Amino acid sequence: MAGRRVPSSREAPRSLFGSFAPPLLSREQAKALTDKVLSFAKADETRVVIASDWSGNTRFAGGEITTSGGITDTTLSVVSTTAKRRASVSSNVFDDAALRRTVDLAERLARLAPEDPEIMPELGPQSYTPVDSFIQATADLGPEARADATKRVIQRAGEVGKPAGDVFVAGFLEANAGARAIATSRGLFAYHRSTDANLSTTVRTPDGTGSGWASGGARDWAKLDPAALGTTAAQKAVASRNPVAIEPGMYTVVLEPQAVADLVPLLGGAFTARAADEGRGTFSKRGGGTRLGEKVMDERVTIYSDPADPDLLAQPFDTEGLPLERRVWVENGILANFSYSRFWAQKQGKEPTGAGGGGGGGFGGGFPGGLKMAGGTKSTDELVAGTQRGILVTHFFYIRFLDQRTVLVTGLTRDGTFLIENGKITKALKNFRWNESPLFMLNKLEELGRAERTAAGQVMPSIRVKDFNFTSLSDAV
Amino acid sequence: MPINRRDFLKTTAAAAAVAGGRAATGAPITSAIAAPLVAAPGAESYVEDLALEALNAAKDAGASYADARIGRYRRQAINTRERQVTGVSDSESYGLGVRALVGGSWGFAATSTMTRDGVVAAAKEAARLARAARTVQKRPVELAPAPAVKGTWKTPITRDPLDVPIEEKVALLLAANEAALKVPKVRFVNSGLQLLREEKTLATTDGTLVTQTFVRVGPSFTATALGDGDFQSYTEEIAPRGSGWEYVESLGMPTNAEQWASLAVEKLSAKSVEVGRWDLILDPTNLWLTIHESIGHPTELDRAMGYEANYAGTSFVAPPDKVIGKLKYGPEFMNIQGDRTQEGSLARAAWDDEGVAADRWLIIEKGVFKDYQTTREQSAWISKLTGVNRSHGCSFADSWSSVQFQRMPNVSLLPGDKDVSLDDIIAATDRGIIIRNRGSWSIDHQRYNFQFSGQTFHEIRGGKVVGMLKDVAYQANTPQFWNSMDMIGGKSTYWLGGSFGDGKGEPGQSNSVSHGCVPARFKQVNIVNTGRNA
Repeated sequence: MAGRRVPSSREAPRSLFGSFAPPLLSREQAKALTDKVLSFAKADETRVVIASDWSGNTRFAGGEITTSGGITDTTLSVVSTTAKRRASVSSNVFDDAALRRTVDLAERLARLAPEDPEIMPELGPQSYTPVDSFIQATADLGPEARADATKRVIQRAGEVGKPAGDVFVAGFLEANAGARAIATSRGLFAYHRSTDANLSTTVRTPDGTGSGWASGGARDWAKLDPAALGTTAAQKAVASRNPVAIEPGMYTVVLEPQAVADLVPLLGGAFTARAADEGRGTFSKRGGGTRLGEKVMDERVTIYSDPADPDLLAQPFDTEGLPLERRVWVENGILANFSYSRFWAQKQGKEPTGAGGGGGGGFGGGFPGGLKMAGGTKSTDELVAGTQRGILVTHFFYIRFLDQRTVLVTGLTRDGTFLIENGKITKALKNFRWNESPLFMLNKLEELGRAERTAAGQVMPSIRVKDFNFTSLSDAV
Repeated sequence: MPINRRDFLKTTAAAAAVAGGRAATGAPITSAIAAPLVAAPGAESYVEDLALEALNAAKDAGASYADARIGRYRRQAINTRERQVTGVSDSESYGLGVRALVGGSWGFAATSTMTRDGVVAAAKEAARLARAARTVQKRPVELAPAPAVKGTWKTPITRDPLDVPIEEKVALLLAANEAALKVPKVRFVNSGLQLLREEKTLATTDGTLVTQTFVRVGPSFTATALGDGDFQSYTEEIAPRGSGWEYVESLGMPTNAEQWASLAVEKLSAKSVEVGRWDLILDPTNLWLTIHESIGHPTELDRAMGYEANYAGTSFVAPPDKVIGKLKYGPEFMNIQGDRTQEGSLARAAWDDEGVAADRWLIIEKGVFKDYQTTREQSAWISKLTGVNRSHGCSFADSWSSVQFQRMPNVSLLPGDKDVSLDDIIAATDRGIIIRNRGSWSIDHQRYNFQFSGQTFHEIRGGKVVGMLKDVAYQANTPQFWNSMDMIGGKSTYWLGGSFGDGKGEPGQSNSVSHGCVPARFKQVNIVNTGRNA
């Protein structure tokens, strides 16, 4: 039974995969592997994509580590095209026989697949902006160091949370290191390594009425401060005890950067040229045409992707190997660019902008090249100080689309929702459900706060906006 | 003491005698285990040998308990739009995950390097992770006893969907699209198939050795109609199932697509809903997801105990001593069953990823909360309250590279005693809305406040359906909502829905789960308008 075949030690090159946490595939190793796979290929065109990953995680709850893991895996995908027919097959089994099977299956599926008139030829050699997203300290973050960081979060949260009793501390720390390589039968070869680390923690008070949360993410583990995150989450937990209910309705809100990061990336699909051109996009005009070049948000809003931005440091190519460059989506409130898949760009005589993760012609595929919303100079505290009456939101939860076209979504506030009166936080509030659109929201902007890194490859400001639409109360803490 | 090959053989051989051998794969367990350590490539026993290698290495590294799970996942996806195929993909993922318990703390490591060296390194890493975790431990993990088992199980199917020629699959989808495009105003159609075959072998230091093969199919269909500056989409609620290709064929997609697409057109002229309190009739095609979110998740014991506090959230069904046998979830006729045995369901299994045999039990009995979903680690936390000393067998991982943890079984609303039909419920309703299929859904992190939508909404006046509505969502508080249920359908109205993609945990994992239910009526539920002009 071929399906159950296992390569023996002799077949797997020890130098590549011998130890538990191997060095990620180097450029040379990736090139050798893609060359080999391409040499097996017989289709008109072939693309080989390699993802070589290590991930180390530590999860904690109730002040102790509950699960922790270390995972290594390398996956190879073969995309075969024969006369406008294309299919992709991926596998993580790498002996020569398995690689041949993977190529053969991709070619067989491609021959069987009906013609796709929208298929674009594979790309030839490209040049990419050099981006250094790989930090060794993150790739080296082992179980002991992660346990130690966890301990710092728990201890500090315990101290800061003391006024509320013995707080319940939960959270998650993950470090990732990965290499991506893409090669095509037309001579393209792209290679990139990156790391990221993310630490988040939730602190709950023993009476069950208070909950606080804090999170940080970066390419460089050294940029995260576990004790500071424990402090913030515990402070919020203590301050959010015994929340009071206020009537749902339209309120001025101060959204912390993490709350903004929950909403602004949802605009991804709105910038898709094809949906706009076909009359079903957010920025389609009634009766035809699009709103490109028109003011669609407050004039202080600028949103862009740029893999080389030092705060983003994203992979400088997309899943087809297309170079990614700086793309400004909204500049001073004006819709500056749409995202174009290669097919749609050719059809419309535009430059392609790169596809988001995993095909679909860039349709709603997120933001390859990272995402940054420009900020102002004030801290979140200063935004609060400038608020007559409003609500401070820590972050949001369970966001789901209600209307794709207006980007209207529903969700809830969570882990620290506070009433602001005369520039000061005066009360903890019960959580709300809300129905709101980031598009509407960025038209109701009152003030921009400082932008900060909310995750690796993402920078968002805190903001104050008016008339945020809270629709009902939630009893959840 | 490290596990001894001969001892392991003895344990499993004894278990084999109880379970009646391994007829399904032809090889008795004894000969598989007694084979040379590294079998010739191609031999099935190699998988078992690798698992045993990992267990031995974990034992050597200090584990008091370990399990090794080898998985081979084959997935195929086909997506189409209108008259073209937008994607054909096939993936295979193969590897081993080993979980080690050292001094009462867990460590887990996974590798795709399927050699002796690779799995031994993973086992050592799992023990290292466990030792590091032990430095931040409050109470050591204790496992509920589970008898050593051995055997094989496979989803009963007539035709393996991964063996069906790709042309046949594409032809079926394109025929459905073509039928839909015949409907005037229907401009866009998307259809697809997700197919999975998962082969999984689990070995534990308790002597369990089981191999299971799961087959799951998930078809999809959405039509979009354009008219007068508006567009409306309709997604048919096609339940994914733990079934073979014969289930996909039984759906009659090409035959039914025209009628499905016409619903998208009908939505263009539907009346926007008037907000306020309405009596709500939820068809099973909608209600299954409401059960999933408002009963399935809050009755997960790890959520109730705060293990998910940093991500999916906690639960209002807590603490256990205040709710077991006490919390009135709904009316007397409400019975909710947890079940891993149901035919065709996505969460069906013979054993979980701790080797615990599939179970079926009542979560809510006569409207009162009775028991949680549990794993071996969890059952002792509540056994004094429930009188149940076994795990309910809810430990699963979504991949060889993921650690197993508590995942939802099929959680279903049992039919009422009387043979009540959907028409009977409609006829008994003076002013109401009937909602079909899943729309948007969102629920808070303790599972109180939810807002769900649907695909079609029909207004009922004086016991009759009078027209179609749009922009409808129902928003409620879970206990109030379920306690407002006043009518449910009988056995003949039962339908099994489900999802491939139930997310939980950090790092995130995706679980496949089904929910069976009958139509039900809820009194005076808050209806909100989700239209763009609302």
